[in-house]
Amino acid sequence: MELALTILLFVALVATALTIALVRRLFAVVMLSGVFSLLSALLFVLMDAVDVAFTEAAVGAGISSVLMLGTIALTARSEKRPERYSLVPLAVVLLTGGVLIYGTLDMPNFGAADAPVQLHVGPDYIRKTPEDIDVPNIVTAVLASYRGFDTLGEVTVVFTAGLGVVLLISGLGRRIRRRREGAD
Amino acid sequence: MDHHLILRVVTKLLVAPILLYGLYVQFHGDFGPGGGFQAGVIFAVGFILYGIVFGLRRLRKSFPDYFVHRLVALGVLIYAGTGVVNMLLGGNFLDYNVLAEEGYKGQHWGIIAVELGVGVTVFGVMMAIYYSFAGRPPRLDDKDW
Amino acid sequence: MNMQFDVEFLLGHMNYWLFVVLMMTGLYIVVARGNLLKKIVGLNIFQAAVFMLYISMGKISGGTAPIATGNPDEIYSNPLPHVLILTAIVVGIATTSLGLALIVRINESYGTIEEDEILELDRIKSDEEIEKLKTEASNSK
Repeated sequence: MELALTILLFVALVATALTIALVRRLFAVVMLSGVFSLLSALLFVLMDAVDVAFTEAAVGAGISSVLMLGTIALTARSEKRPERYSLVPLAVVLLTGGVLIYGTLDMPNFGAADAPVQLHVGPDYIRKTPEDIDVPNIVTAVLASYRGFDTLGEVTVVFTAGLGVVLLISGLGRRIRRRREGAD
Repeated sequence: MDHHLILRVVTKLLVAPILLYGLYVQFHGDFGPGGGFQAGVIFAVGFILYGIVFGLRRLRKSFPDYFVHRLVALGVLIYAGTGVVNMLLGGNFLDYNVLAEEGYKGQHWGIIAVELGVGVTVFGVMMAIYYSFAGRPPRLDDKDW
Repeated sequence: MNMQFDVEFLLGHMNYWLFVVLMMTGLYIVVARGNLLKKIVGLNIFQAAVFMLYISMGKISGGTAPIATGNPDEIYSNPLPHVLILTAIVVGIATTSLGLALIVRINESYGTIEEDEILELDRIKSDEEIEKLKTEASNSK
């Protein structure tokens, strides 16, 4: 059942991605990328990552679509028809994909409990969280406490990115300058 | 969007539950899925929905730019401040055990404070980004879409 | 490498291959398409595929989401990839919006968001500048 669902979701995901590659109307591209986010959120739920699914649904389908629509409103509606199709990108992509698939051959089976990832730090967090921190959601415990320093860094990155956007396009500097000139 | 009656009525009904849900996700993050990152985004979505339907001008009136920009910095300050408070109480940076007499209770307080910092910053950044994009004069008309 | 391509191996690795397919679709959009907004969408697809690869490594068959149920025999999937990807998604949207802001600025100075047109404009501009420098040099002689 789970396998069938996974495959179904994958077919839908790949179909969405290919349609995004082919469609030239940017509005459709943005809407499809929202669909892609929701589908990947479903896939995350299947793989037990409920927190991640939650974030992906809120961020990918919500905010990201709004921002891209805002960008379209400020720039252009559709993509230009390409003058010529080159085979080089396709060759590069196929080569990279082949190398990556070759790399996966060594990986442990999906869902294996004895995979190297499952033997090290993860089990410690699961075992110690009830005594150390005593909150049911282990992801929150790791995020905010065990790896609090990491998260501080992430928050700073978000802060910096927001600062960058405001500096680039909010027109704040222009407004302040105008006010200053008005005051003189 | 003055002519979209249904959109306006539904938005009025939806905004308050969205904000309430954002708060729930923020403070219930210890027990179920959720936390500051998601809550900040959901809380911002409530405001952005209002801004899209009722116009940026009205949203800016109730939630001015300078306030949003201060929130962006305030969140990081809350987060880092929690760490500094721990240091002042004699612990390590971001080691919440010293916040209460029993270690795990201190951890609870620390996680709530830190998640609040995350939520405030993410909310502020999302709002600031939305203001920046929506505040520019658009090149496309409503009919061009 | 000693491995046998049996059904178990195929089913256990199919996920990874599907992620690679998605990843490469994203990469193709980034490389082959000239529209800057579409490049960003392609980058997002690539990023989502990487997230899925990470999350799938943390999955344990028969496990459940890492939220304590109180049952001591419960198997939980590995929470560590979830934490990493959770923050990566939010950082991803923040950087995406930075890219979108850059696109808006590019559109304001060039009047287009197609890569080849921007390069063409740049080329014309630099040609003009070279011409200008040449005439200045010959004038000073």
